[in-house]
Amino acid sequence: MELLDLAFYTERVIPKLNEGLIESLWLIIPASLIGGSFGVLMGVLRVFGTKWIKKIADTFVAVIRGVPLTIQLMILYFGLPYLPFVKIFLTPYQAALIGFIFCTGAYQSEYIRGALLSIKQGQIKAGQALGMTKLQIIWSVIIPQAFRKAIPGCGNEIIYLIKYSSLAYIVTHIELTGEAKILVSRTFRPTEIYLLAGCYYLFLVTLATWILHALERKLYIPGFGKANS
Amino acid sequence: MTTLLSVKNISVTLGNRKILDNVSLDMHAGDLKVLIGPSGAGKSTLLQCINHLITPDEGEIHLEGKKINTQSNAELCHLRQNVGMIFQDFNLFDHLTALDNICLALVKVRKLSKDEAQKRARKELDRVGLSNRAGLYPAQLSGGQKQRVAIARALAMQPKILLLDEPTSALDPELVGEVMNVIQDLAKGGMPMIMATHQMDFVRSLATEVLFMEHGTIIEQDTPKVLLADGAKTRTLDFCSKLNNLKGCEL
Repeated sequence: MELLDLAFYTERVIPKLNEGLIESLWLIIPASLIGGSFGVLMGVLRVFGTKWIKKIADTFVAVIRGVPLTIQLMILYFGLPYLPFVKIFLTPYQAALIGFIFCTGAYQSEYIRGALLSIKQGQIKAGQALGMTKLQIIWSVIIPQAFRKAIPGCGNEIIYLIKYSSLAYIVTHIELTGEAKILVSRTFRPTEIYLLAGCYYLFLVTLATWILHALERKLYIPGFGKANS
Repeated sequence: MTTLLSVKNISVTLGNRKILDNVSLDMHAGDLKVLIGPSGAGKSTLLQCINHLITPDEGEIHLEGKKINTQSNAELCHLRQNVGMIFQDFNLFDHLTALDNICLALVKVRKLSKDEAQKRARKELDRVGLSNRAGLYPAQLSGGQKQRVAIARALAMQPKILLLDEPTSALDPELVGEVMNVIQDLAKGGMPMIMATHQMDFVRSLATEVLFMEHGTIIEQDTPKVLLADGAKTRTLDFCSKLNNLKGCEL
């Protein structure tokens, strides 16, 4: 049976998919770390910023959330070189990474914003009454609590990110999905290859879920929801 | 006697409603002033104006004879370090243990080293009888314990005056005693305090002055002996007897 042709997998499919997996990880890990920090910054600015900073950050998030990621990636890669005055050339990897950072950051900022708004305001007063500055209160009181409350939502966004990283092939950055497509066009065996590529993503998401739960447990504090056991 | 703190002609307006209307008071060493009055009278607002958690629209705060420039963050910080505040609903930092709740401002504001801060925090927890609860989080403490941690947190900053905003109102009746005991010890130790409270035993035995507030002004101001004397025709006595009727006991 063709489906069980083991040599086909071990010699042709798996080595290529592994290469693609590495490329995917090179997108997912920096995008989730940088995008996550970016999201925290945007969330904080949207809650504690001055009127104009809030407006600018809100608009940025509205634009990023309102335009399909596919279009954003195409603008970054195909569109920027044809700007009228400054022509910006990005490599496929840069275009994909920047697109993912903006996208994940915008969504993360929304989870962070919700978590920040849920912190009991009395604690801000208590901090002020002890002589702490606004910045000290945000950094030492609000963010540590908001971060814990935001983990489930932010984790959800990271799981989305793992899957939409597959859009990088649109701007010709060959990662897991790209490798799978190339393999299919060479071997004409879409069933096995896409099934296997799907399993790779499933594995990544399972791993991420597991890490996120471990993080939730590690940061668990009585009074901040129950960690999954 | 030196004036520790003076509040001069403070007014707060919200929309076209005067929350506080031209309120003044002076605090001297050893003073224990009690604010009494119906809810909405402006007691909380007055207390929060004193350390500028609420910025008054008019009026001045003087600390040890020096006017606080409210535009200067450094002076506001100086004011708040010297004026401790206890809230009705405790306002502990939920993500920190009892010990770290006390240490945070010691490290960030008083710039103590972590070791020094912990040493002082333990001493204060001991003073409020909670040395065995240092490692617990607010969610693991009872209301009375939370309020005692909040008191320890304020005391650790070594304030010159303590403001207490109905410190026992959010507590189960059974837990009021443990908190009042701590406050009584402080009062007997000479800590100057301004306290909004309806704990009449405390008012009668320890208050040096009662300020009765209504509609944003102080309408009566005297020693508890005068205001709460049998048969006194004062708004204070009238209010307090209603309070006690509610509790079903004699004044």
